[in-house]
Amino acid sequence: MARTFTPKVVTANALLEGDAVWLTEDNRWSPNMAEAELLTDEAHADLRLLEAQGRVDEIAGAYLADAKAGENGPEPTHFREEFRTRGPSNYAYGKQVELS
Amino acid sequence: MYKYNDFDESFVRSRVAQFRGQVERRIDGSLTEDEFKPLRLMNGLYLQLHAYMLRVAIPYGTLNSGQMRQLAFIADKWDKGYGHFTTRQNIQYNWPKLKDVPDMLDALADVEMHAIQTSGNTIRNVTADHFAGAAADEIEDPRPYAELLRQWSTDHPEFQFLPRKFKIAVTGAAEDRAVVRAHDIGLQIIRNDTGEVGFQVIVGGGLGRTPMVGKVLRDFLPKEDLLPYCEAIVSVYNLLGRRDNKYKARIKITVHENGLEKIQELVEDRFKSIRATFSGHDQTLLSEISAAFAPPAYAQKSTDGYEAARLANPAFRSWTDTNLTSHKQEGYAIVSISIKKHGNTPGDASSDQMRVMAELAEAYGHNELRISHEQNVILPHVHKADLPAIYQALRAADLATANIGLVSDIIACPGMDYCALATARSIPIAQQIATRFDELKIEHDIGELKIKISGCINACGHHHVGHIGILGLDRAGVENYQITLGGDGTQTTSIGERAGPGFSADEIVPAIERLVTGYMDLRTDESETFLQTYRRLGMEPFKTILYPAEDKANAA
Repeated sequence: MARTFTPKVVTANALLEGDAVWLTEDNRWSPNMAEAELLTDEAHADLRLLEAQGRVDEIAGAYLADAKAGENGPEPTHFREEFRTRGPSNYAYGKQVELS
Repeated sequence: MYKYNDFDESFVRSRVAQFRGQVERRIDGSLTEDEFKPLRLMNGLYLQLHAYMLRVAIPYGTLNSGQMRQLAFIADKWDKGYGHFTTRQNIQYNWPKLKDVPDMLDALADVEMHAIQTSGNTIRNVTADHFAGAAADEIEDPRPYAELLRQWSTDHPEFQFLPRKFKIAVTGAAEDRAVVRAHDIGLQIIRNDTGEVGFQVIVGGGLGRTPMVGKVLRDFLPKEDLLPYCEAIVSVYNLLGRRDNKYKARIKITVHENGLEKIQELVEDRFKSIRATFSGHDQTLLSEISAAFAPPAYAQKSTDGYEAARLANPAFRSWTDTNLTSHKQEGYAIVSISIKKHGNTPGDASSDQMRVMAELAEAYGHNELRISHEQNVILPHVHKADLPAIYQALRAADLATANIGLVSDIIACPGMDYCALATARSIPIAQQIATRFDELKIEHDIGELKIKISGCINACGHHHVGHIGILGLDRAGVENYQITLGGDGTQTTSIGERAGPGFSADEIVPAIERLVTGYMDLRTDESETFLQTYRRLGMEPFKTILYPAEDKANAA
């Protein structure tokens, strides 16, 4: 039986700032996960990751992270990925203040 | 304190210049991340969850006021106005931008500091007793030896690509405040039967995935053999240590798999063959270094004002009861400044607080500060007459929490709030535990209790040697916290035992509260510490407290 593919997003850290970024359908790196391209096909996801990994002067450490479709776009399914969309819990730094 | 010579200065400056070029080539895309990563790690630069992180070495935890002020300046200019003091006596900046890091390193070099070998499979920052040179129970100041080891290990050509990282700690006192039995090499200065001073050499200790208490490799090593003997140990490990599996690559596994006797044989053989190549230059260097660590010019003053202030001000008295340690010099005390205000992040100091501590060290502390592995800041040489003024200044800077060694003096790693390796958060758990016990107003009644929290199995938060250890894990996509009991990081080192199933983020603080109040019912009297009660009674009564019978029945 074919195993079902959990939807993914391509994510990485921006080279200069070091913050979390997500690959959009139009090939931008967005600091906002909701703008990411939600990848529902495994072969396409692998291809998008390869393309992302080639962009060495923009990002570091690209990988595929589990995601789900939400009202405003892709959302994280694991707490680690959720923290990456937000920032640390001990201070109001990072995306929780930068994006609002 | 040690002062850089021309060689140190030019070495550090040239490394900054090299790294500046490497950063430029990374930014323009001529270096890939795979190529750049080992280079940035050699210079202490990590890429974490939300940003880069720069780990700056504070050799054996010692720094002067000028250096502390520069750390504050760096925090303001290139970071977010604070720094995190770590369990290896270093400081970490959590928000640097890649292009700024070479400037940060230049600013560090201006005050004889650097970030070299704070990462990578090299010999890391050598740590030492944070009360070194001041403690009443000390045989000798361990820092000259730590500095000698730092110079020997920095850029040592044979040891830049070890099987895994390598950590050395030195203490000069019988009471082990440097956790020497949980290091790759632990050195304890001892006096032998004939009164000669030397080292007991401990090897193969470590926490992490496979926690082990170090074993005595040599009962007594003459002082002048220190470098050749350490070189023998590291070179034996360099050849024998496993490179096929990163989880089995630390020397603790090498010792475990080969046996202490075989390691002893190999090290002694190697030592014999290299001893003669150390022609005495190291000893000349050591005597120069030792001169730099001469005791300060102690003052003679009356302590009447101090005693009067203690009587007049209960808050001051409480602070002096918990935050002072005996000094070897009459009239003096060692001050531990708590970086653990209830509800704050353990080990985080703002740039303003750093400047206050620098000023106090300059005005009252012979210009010296220390960072402890327990993430507090120490003023090692303070005359008791100056304590009331110091206390007032600390209060004004929110640095006067009277909780050293108590339940809220918690070690916590950055956990998943910052660290890319973490499996759960540790900071919020530490904040909540400290806040809860502050509300209960019982921490002084509880007495000495060390809680240590790690956000992953690598154990930067030393949870294995906490009287109560907490390990944050990812259990099926939810943060889960495992409790270990009976750990000890002192001269009676022991690894804590797992109490049972873990607790959710909501359950862990009530579980700790139950455990601690339960201990208060179990202890013989107020003088029996948590660890002593645990050692007397064993795990069972604590298990009953942690996992009450009705919960078991419900779960079944």
